This record gives sequence, C-alpha cells and structure tokens, in this order.
Amino acid sequence: MRSSHEFTCINCPLSCPLELVEEDGRVLEVKGAECRLGEKYAEAEFTDPRRVVTTTVTVRNGTLPLLPVRSTEAIPRRLVREAVESLASIAVEAPVKEGQVILADLLGTGVDVVSSRDLNTLSGHK
Amino acid sequence: MSKVRRPDCVVIGGGPAGLAAALAASSAGLDDVLLIERDIELGGILPQCIHDGFGSIVFKETLTGPQYAQRYVDELARTNVEVMLETIVLDLAPDRRITAMNSRDGLVDIEPRSVILAMGCRERTRHQVLLPGYRPAGVITAGAAQRYINIEGLMPGGKVVILGSGDIGLIMARRFTLEGATVEGVYEILDHPGGLTRNIVQCLNDFEIPLHLSHTVTFIHGPGRVEGVTVAAVDRERLPVPGSERHIPCDTLMLSVGLIPENELSKRADLRLDPVTAGPLVDERMETSVDGIFACGNVVNVYDLVDYVTHSAEIAGRGAAERVLEGRPRKAPVTVVPGRNVKYVVPQLVRSFERDIDFYFRVEHPEKAVRMTVKAGGETLGRRKAKMVHPPEMAMIPASVPGGGSEGVRELVVEVAPDAE
Repeated sequence: MRSSHEFTCINCPLSCPLELVEEDGRVLEVKGAECRLGEKYAEAEFTDPRRVVTTTVTVRNGTLPLLPVRSTEAIPRRLVREAVESLASIAVEAPVKEGQVILADLLGTGVDVVSSRDLNTLSGHK
Repeated sequence: MSKVRRPDCVVIGGGPAGLAAALAASSAGLDDVLLIERDIELGGILPQCIHDGFGSIVFKETLTGPQYAQRYVDELARTNVEVMLETIVLDLAPDRRITAMNSRDGLVDIEPRSVILAMGCRERTRHQVLLPGYRPAGVITAGAAQRYINIEGLMPGGKVVILGSGDIGLIMARRFTLEGATVEGVYEILDHPGGLTRNIVQCLNDFEIPLHLSHTVTFIHGPGRVEGVTVAAVDRERLPVPGSERHIPCDTLMLSVGLIPENELSKRADLRLDPVTAGPLVDERMETSVDGIFACGNVVNVYDLVDYVTHSAEIAGRGAAERVLEGRPRKAPVTVVPGRNVKYVVPQLVRSFERDIDFYFRVEHPEKAVRMTVKAGGETLGRRKAKMVHPPEMAMIPASVPGGGSEGVRELVVEVAPDAE
C-alpha cells in the first residue's frame, strides 16, 4: 500500500517541509527538499530514526547529587524512554571522570552510556 | 582589610564566556589573570544543560553542556590563571576598581589593568511578561526547572503547562516528560516558534507534546499552589480573542519567555548600553565605552549558540592582553549601523580595521534568498548569501578593509537585501 509521511527538515534554517512517499515500507520519493540533506533526513526519520540519550544518574559522595550522562551515539528513537528509565536506577560512586562508562551496551544497542563531566568527591573539593 | 591586588586582568564570571576569555588572555601573554566566579564550580549554566548539541562550530562535534564546559575547565587547569570560586563581585567602578567578597577573605579590593565582563544573562520572569492572576507557588522559569531536575534531583511539578517556545523551554518539555511528568502543551504568543526546528521536532513532536502558536496564558489560578491556567488565542495585536479561553488544570506553569543580558555591574561602571541588545556597546575587540573594560558572551547580547559566545570571549581575551601589553591610546570609533532588515549588530563600534572583523547580527523578520553585506560608503567590506534568515538564528558576515586603513570611513552599514541573482 502506498502512503505518505510528513517531516520537517532540521538541517538548516530553511526547515523544508518534507513529504516522503512509500509503498509497503519502501521509500519511493521525498518531495519538498531544497537539497540532498533533506531527502536523506526524511529517509532516516522514516526507516530508522535515532536520538542521542541524555539524562542523569545518582552519584554518591559527590559534590553534587546527580551526574549527567550521555549515550556515545544515537540509539533507535523508540528505545529512548526505556533507556532513561533503565538509567534512573543506576547509582555511581564519586569521583567520576568525563567519558567514564556508566552503563555498557545500553539495551543491547551496542552503544555505551558515559559520564558527561568530572565529578569530585565532597572531601576532594577545594 | 587585605592589601590591594593588581592583576593584569580580572574576568568576572566563570561560564563559557569567562572560561574562554581567561584562556585567551593568558595565552596572549598575560601572566596574572584572575577569574572570579560566584558558584561552587566553573561552567556557568552549562553543567545543567545536560542535552547534546553544543560545540558543532568550535569542536566540529556535538557535545553536552557539561562536556563543553569540561574541555575549558581542563584547559584552564593547565594555565596559571587563578580561579576564585564562591566569590561575588559587588562593585565595578569606571576606573576598573573591583570590590569582591567571599567567606574566606571577606572584602577584597582589586585594581586590575583590564577587566572582562562575562556575567552572562538571566531569564525573564513572570513580572516581565505581566501575567495576570494569583501569585502561587509553581510558576517557574525554564532555567530554574532545569537546575532543579538536572542538578538538584528535584521535580518541580507533575502536570506542566509551558508558556513560550524558546529553546530551553522546548528542551525542558522533553526533560519533564522523560522524568515522568505530563506536559499539557506549549503556548507561544507569536505565530512562529521561538526555538530551533531541531528542538520542535526532537523535544515536542517526538513526545507528541502539542505546540499552540498565537496563544497565551491569560490567568494563573491559585492561591497557594498553581491549580490551573487559562489560555486564549491572540489576534494580530497579540490581544486575547474573546470566547477562545480554555481552562487547563495543572500544578506548574513553566516560563520560557526570553533572556536579558546581566548588566548590573556594567551600569555601576557607567558603560554605555545598547537599548536594543540591553548589553554594553562594544568595538571590534569587545572593548566597551570605558577604556580597559571588555565584555563578551551573553552580557553583550543573547547569542543562540555557545560557540559564538566562545568566539566573542576569545576576542575579548586577546583584546585585554593587547590593551595591557601595548597600551596604545584608543582611536575614535566608527559606528556600525543596522540597515535594511537588521535589528542590531555586534560589534556596534569599530576603532581599527587592522584585522578582519566578524559582524554578528539578527534580522527583524524572516526572509528567503538574501544577500547580506557590510558597507562603508559605496565600498563593500564583506558579503555573504543565505537561503534563509530568521530572527531566532544569528547571522554573521566576515569583513575586512584591504590595507587596514580606516581614513575617511564615517560609518558602516550592515544590511540584508533580496538576492538579485
């Protein structure tokens, strides 16, 4: 069955309104894009939309109660909520270094979650 | 009282602007740079901006806010820049004398040879947008909500209505949702969103949060805690349309209604301010109207990318170093005038054309297929084309004068015009 899906391109300020036409999941064409980036964007958003996950985890003994973390790469968008929920129960011990792996292989995606910053212990502060 | 300190340069504020300014001043040859920050750590607002998207220009990759700050904090640790944390600057006099205070040293008097202002900006609150109704708990700005959720680990509310569609508001709509709250909708008084398309898509559309353009909040219900808000459609004059009112039960109204450069100290120092940007007038090396006082980042105007903040701070840092090391008298400035479809330009003044100058500006209204130019009299000093310009996204034109001479130049005009070709 043939159907169309609408997207707004995020690559530049033009914000092209895109229309992707597909038949049984096969992309037939992308209309409305001023450039090739828009076509690629619509295809990616239709076939495999991905997002970087950022949230916080609990940190014990740190100068702050929370540690900001990020996925090293984008993961499938449908997994974002579950990813944030699974990270909510994690607690780490200070000190933490930026880039330190907080959770390996997030939900089987092969993508790691790492610390976004250094976080010192309360006693090591100042 | 302790003895007066006389450093080469004092940087006020340790956010992205202050960090880059201190680093630039130090690497340009100043041995005694003092960075004063009121918080317990460096980074300014970046540590609470845990989302990614920072640094695409400076580092050619997208970092989170804490990651972006970490790079500068690490680099600063390799210099001899002195950092004073948990210290507030109480006064800055026109002769650059600084009065600061902290709980270790008490009052501190500093007489620096140069000053760089990097205090950033602050959020507009309910009182600046005049929202009628009760004054209950639960009316909160986007940045404050961000601080509670991302730094303190506290949830400011469970059912949230958002007024204003600035980027921080959109980012926080997603953040509230991921942390288990319900965001009923985002209401924007203008007929176009204030934030970037990327954030509309990834923060609202991804989570099916509705965006209501040409709408505003007309009443906040209380009295103790927010119990709901009344929203209404607005007409072209931005006045509520009678009969369009709708009551929405909620416990939190989050505001994302703009930012204002923080310039209490600039006023104390008698700096001339630009009524449009609400920040000090600066020249091509980010020096203000007062000799030896520089300004950079969101103190000058609210930039939309941290990368631009960093650029302006590096210019200010080098400028302060030049001022201290060379100490040449300043030339009279040439004024930079906003021309067709230009709201304002930074820098507003030019004293020397010895180096290329990047002119940053905002347009007044969206326009497609444009040619952007910097002109002096009949001569074009810089030009760029753009497929599209609109007010939320700053534009920039690099410009230069062959030979660097400025004799005869009276004023510069930055303008945006339809591209004839």
